[in-house]
Amino acid sequence: MTQALSRTDTYLPDFQALQRTAETGGQTWLREMRDNAWSSFSHLGFPTARRGNEKWKYTSVRAIAYADFSHPQDLDPDTGAGAAELKRIAPWNDDWMNLVFVDGRFSKVLSGGTGNANGARVTSLADAIRSDGELVQEYLGRYASVEDDGFTALNTAFLEDGAFIHVPDGQSTSSVVNLVYVTTGRSQPRVSYPRTLVVAGRNSRTTFVESYIGLCQEPYFTDAVTEIVAQEGSRVEHYRLLMESTQAFHVGHCLVYQAKDSEYESASFSMGAGLGRNEFEVLLDAPGASCSLNGLYLTTGTQHLDNMISIDHAKPHTKSRLLYKGILDGKSRAVFGGTVLVRKDAQKADARQTDKNLLLSDEAEIDSKPSLFIYADDVQCSHGATAGHMDDNTLFYMRSRGLDLEAASRMLIQAFAREIIDTVQLQPLRDYLDKIVLEALPTASIRLGGGS
Amino acid sequence: MSTPRVISRGATTSSELDSDYKWGFTIDIETDLAPKGLSEDIVRLISDKKEEPEWMLEWRLKAFRHWVKLDQEEPKWAQIHHPPIDFQDIHYYAAPGSKKGGPKSLDEVDPEILEAFEKLGIPLAEREKLAGVAVDAVIDSVSVATTYQETLEKAGIIFCPISEAIKNHPDLVKKYMGSVVPYTDNFYATLNSAVFSDGSFVYIPKGVRCPIELMTYFRINQADSGQFERTLIIADEGSYVSYLEGCTAPARKKSQLHAAVVELITMDDAEIKYSTLQNWFPGDKDGNGGVYNFVTKRGKALGRNSKISWTQVETGSAITWKYPSVILQGDNSVGEFYSVALVNNHQQADTGTKMIHIGKNTKSTIMAKGISAGKASSTYRGLVKIMPSAEGARNFTQCDSLLIGDQCGAHTVPYIEVRNPTAQIEHEASTSKVSDDEVFYCQQRGISVEDAHFMIINGFCRSIFQELPFEFAMEASQLLKVSLEGAVG
Repeated sequence: MTQALSRTDTYLPDFQALQRTAETGGQTWLREMRDNAWSSFSHLGFPTARRGNEKWKYTSVRAIAYADFSHPQDLDPDTGAGAAELKRIAPWNDDWMNLVFVDGRFSKVLSGGTGNANGARVTSLADAIRSDGELVQEYLGRYASVEDDGFTALNTAFLEDGAFIHVPDGQSTSSVVNLVYVTTGRSQPRVSYPRTLVVAGRNSRTTFVESYIGLCQEPYFTDAVTEIVAQEGSRVEHYRLLMESTQAFHVGHCLVYQAKDSEYESASFSMGAGLGRNEFEVLLDAPGASCSLNGLYLTTGTQHLDNMISIDHAKPHTKSRLLYKGILDGKSRAVFGGTVLVRKDAQKADARQTDKNLLLSDEAEIDSKPSLFIYADDVQCSHGATAGHMDDNTLFYMRSRGLDLEAASRMLIQAFAREIIDTVQLQPLRDYLDKIVLEALPTASIRLGGGS
Repeated sequence: MSTPRVISRGATTSSELDSDYKWGFTIDIETDLAPKGLSEDIVRLISDKKEEPEWMLEWRLKAFRHWVKLDQEEPKWAQIHHPPIDFQDIHYYAAPGSKKGGPKSLDEVDPEILEAFEKLGIPLAEREKLAGVAVDAVIDSVSVATTYQETLEKAGIIFCPISEAIKNHPDLVKKYMGSVVPYTDNFYATLNSAVFSDGSFVYIPKGVRCPIELMTYFRINQADSGQFERTLIIADEGSYVSYLEGCTAPARKKSQLHAAVVELITMDDAEIKYSTLQNWFPGDKDGNGGVYNFVTKRGKALGRNSKISWTQVETGSAITWKYPSVILQGDNSVGEFYSVALVNNHQQADTGTKMIHIGKNTKSTIMAKGISAGKASSTYRGLVKIMPSAEGARNFTQCDSLLIGDQCGAHTVPYIEVRNPTAQIEHEASTSKVSDDEVFYCQQRGISVEDAHFMIINGFCRSIFQELPFEFAMEASQLLKVSLEGAVG
């Protein structure tokens, strides 16, 4: 189905260099994993938005495929960014455990915070591979298959560093884990391959924030993969912030495996990247598993943001809730692709899927495709999608009460966005989002309606 | 029109299947058959048989050459599965009777054919019972009779087989054929453009409200043949027409291909209401045989304030691949799509619509009901596209699916593409089964489980049936009941 664009050779020298030099490459299993991923990538290539490729129907990755991104080995992660600048831009709280990754590698110097892991293991993936090889090996790549997704294969071929969170059975990370992936302006155009692995043991609790930030104006590419394993009775709270710079390419793939009675909650905020892809795949693999995914995407200028959310109800008595909202301005384009699959015999599945969009300019475009694939009969599944502009009557009402058009429209747009921000349960993060989302909200090109 | 009666079939021959399909009989008539296979010669042969002018042959050949270029690349994106089709193993032309040209009056029609249509509940004799519906009857590749010609002629309406229209009204055909569905549109439309046989042509002049309903009844009879009809309906300024389409086929072991193209055009203030009862042979309980129904239907609401409305009840066919669409080009134009798609046993349906909003203040409504039973799979696939010029466009879509039994599938795949901020788009969909509580309630009141299911399913489809002409609605309800037999209770 996925037609290959044959531009994989560009990455070969970097791949060979990594396999030769990286210290983690000493692990045979990791070498094999990378080799396998590389052969898969060189076979799959990049997907094309050809007819019939439903997953990439509205997003062309030609610009990524035809650029020459490199992944140099000799950049020092500790000197790429300033600590003060980071704290100003990224979500940050000194009470959290903050892990900073610069150009794909862990920076001990920039990381910090007084947060306590409380029995859990929170470390860089490179460290974990060295010290907890067996544990990492058991879960790494288990759900992020390299067989059918070129970007996941590419990430795995360059697997080297990232974050590792392991919460043992019955434990909880008492403080929030904050993962900040930063790309700097050194050595352009570059690509980084952040990899995050979260293993939540039985009846454990964990909350983590994952943000992607760009500190440069030149084009770069982030190919990220996040794997979350939620074991029986566990609860995982996941916040994902996409704040790459306007020239950036970002392809992020998040895979969630859920065992019996586990709960997964996520809120995703996408503002950055010139071309961004935000993909979630949730597998509800046992009765009682439930997930709730919320998302807000804001696009302006010539941005293109693609959200692709798949939820697989593989077993009976599973539940999913999905609410994504988009605010589009300028000549930007946003895509929402939602898939709910209820497998045969997954009776009593309960799924809801909603996508709402607010278009603010004449030239913005939204392509929404919320699909349901149902193979069991005793289910409750529904989906809805809307697109439109601000309600003229509401605006008129507010203006008749003395608010000017800008203030009135600003209030309406904020209210539209706040529904998603309010799902964030972490107070410091909510305050942070309030600030940056509201700053990012467009107001300039609001249509001054005559008849409208 | 009366409900089709149960017909006792004669002895089944080896090529026929034993099934509950009540329209599955064959008639033994003399047939003029083109050899199997598709080539430029066959295209020329069809054109020659139809005594077509040179320009029509040229158009067919262009389509055929394009089809060859497509290199058998059938569209693969739909949620359907079937073994590869051997396009060289099909008779592309089959005409009842060896005479050249169609019969001139009903008296000339083979009595066997008249009887067959009588059996199907579509009497071709103009009489009291069917007053009010003019019928064009098409068997395999040829139209055998068109009734009420005189009444229609008086109103200036043209209702004739398309092969006649090509000869008698070349200007209209030349101007509009392919203007909505170009021969390059898709694989099956291209195939149809090369080998299309008969179908209906309708022209409603300015300001005329068609006094009676027009109907075309399609029947596949010949084994190993495909039906490739082409219909073109033009409603000129301020006119109105209600057009009905029905279809059946014998119960054969081997699947047969039906690849039609329908084009509708409405001028300013005109309206076309197009209703379909699709009852092609669905195959037997184990999924043997059945018609592959791969059709392209599209309307162009060209004029201001014009309206195109599609209503379909799809109960037949082994596989349905069909998206009756409307291009809303004129300002204030309206497009509607009302659909019930029922699949049972091993049937597959991937059906829906496309609403392309181009003009200002254009409005579209989509109501789709899918019912899956047995091991069947039904998919709603629909596109709502708002172009930048479609200021103030409005769409409402609702698609509901009902599942009967735990072996079937029901899917909903809407595509929404919005490029104008003043557009308002709403889409809703739900999937559920017949509620146990509702069935229990009915049972308490002495209604059997089976009847309760039919009642609930009928209620589920009610909003669509209401859009059908009265007799069609009655028949649709019956069809539903027959198609669901054995699925519940």
